[in-house]
Amino acid sequence: MPHDHHDHSHEGLSPSGHPYRADNDGPLTYWQTMEIAMRELLIEKGITTAAQITARIEEMDRRSPADGAMVIARAWTDPEFKALLLRDGSAACKSMGFEPGVLRLIAVENTPDVHNVIVCTLCSCYPRNLLGLPPDWYKTRAYRSRVVKEPRKVLAEFGLILPDAVQVRVHDSTADMRYIVLPARPAGTEDLDQTALADLITRDSMIGVGVPSQPTAQPTAQKTVTKAAR
Amino acid sequence: MAETLHNWVRVRAMMPPGHVRTPSYLRGKRGQVERPLGPFHNPEQLAYRLKADQQPLYRVRFSMAEVWGKDAENPGDTLDAEIYAHWLEPCDAP
Repeated sequence: MPHDHHDHSHEGLSPSGHPYRADNDGPLTYWQTMEIAMRELLIEKGITTAAQITARIEEMDRRSPADGAMVIARAWTDPEFKALLLRDGSAACKSMGFEPGVLRLIAVENTPDVHNVIVCTLCSCYPRNLLGLPPDWYKTRAYRSRVVKEPRKVLAEFGLILPDAVQVRVHDSTADMRYIVLPARPAGTEDLDQTALADLITRDSMIGVGVPSQPTAQPTAQKTVTKAAR
Repeated sequence: MAETLHNWVRVRAMMPPGHVRTPSYLRGKRGQVERPLGPFHNPEQLAYRLKADQQPLYRVRFSMAEVWGKDAENPGDTLDAEIYAHWLEPCDAP
């Protein structure tokens, strides 16, 4: 051990003096074992293939808040599309090539008088087809139980302090709908195109615990670089 | 959009066992239908692979004052939830 000559003990610490983190893998749970058994049987019996399962997982992993941001950016610039999004969110997404799945999407619009925020108090319903997997905090009991009771306090903890004159509308995804917030377009973005606008639209602004980013001093040039790098 | 609210309804205050998608914090509370969503299979049967009825589903808007009483953080804020028809009964405005 490199530190053995010291007169105090570094037992259980890394060479740099930090505690080792426990491995993240333990024995399989009952349901994990069941999932593996079921998957192997389906493959063995020729019902599906390992490649098909991998493809499906990759398809799910490809979805990200950038998809939702493109939908919102278009709604900011195309009034007809915005009307469709508010009337039939699933149809609007489909028209842009985002497969909405069996669950229906409802878009709720933030205005100068109304701020919307989304939760699923019963489990973790989330517009996965449009935003990808939910953030871990979205699934916590703390968020789910508090945002329906003290939404302003929760939003303040996310850094969003709303004036009393703005009505907060909490949307509990209790059944067959999924929700996305259509945030208000920030001032000073009149000259930006849809791609540059999409880069301002954060995941949190589409859940309603945040608002879109403000454009930086030279947004257009910078955004082009970011897009090209993807 | 859809700012005209419809009729007043009360969420039934029953507590049946099983897979129920009506949050208990809304049971017995009065709200207004925000929009009808159409018929959906009843999850209380679907969850057990029973033949599931179709139930009309509604988005109901509650005031925070109605849901939390005097503990409401801001009485004029609102909460919307999707509730199946068999959980709703007509009621008068509070």
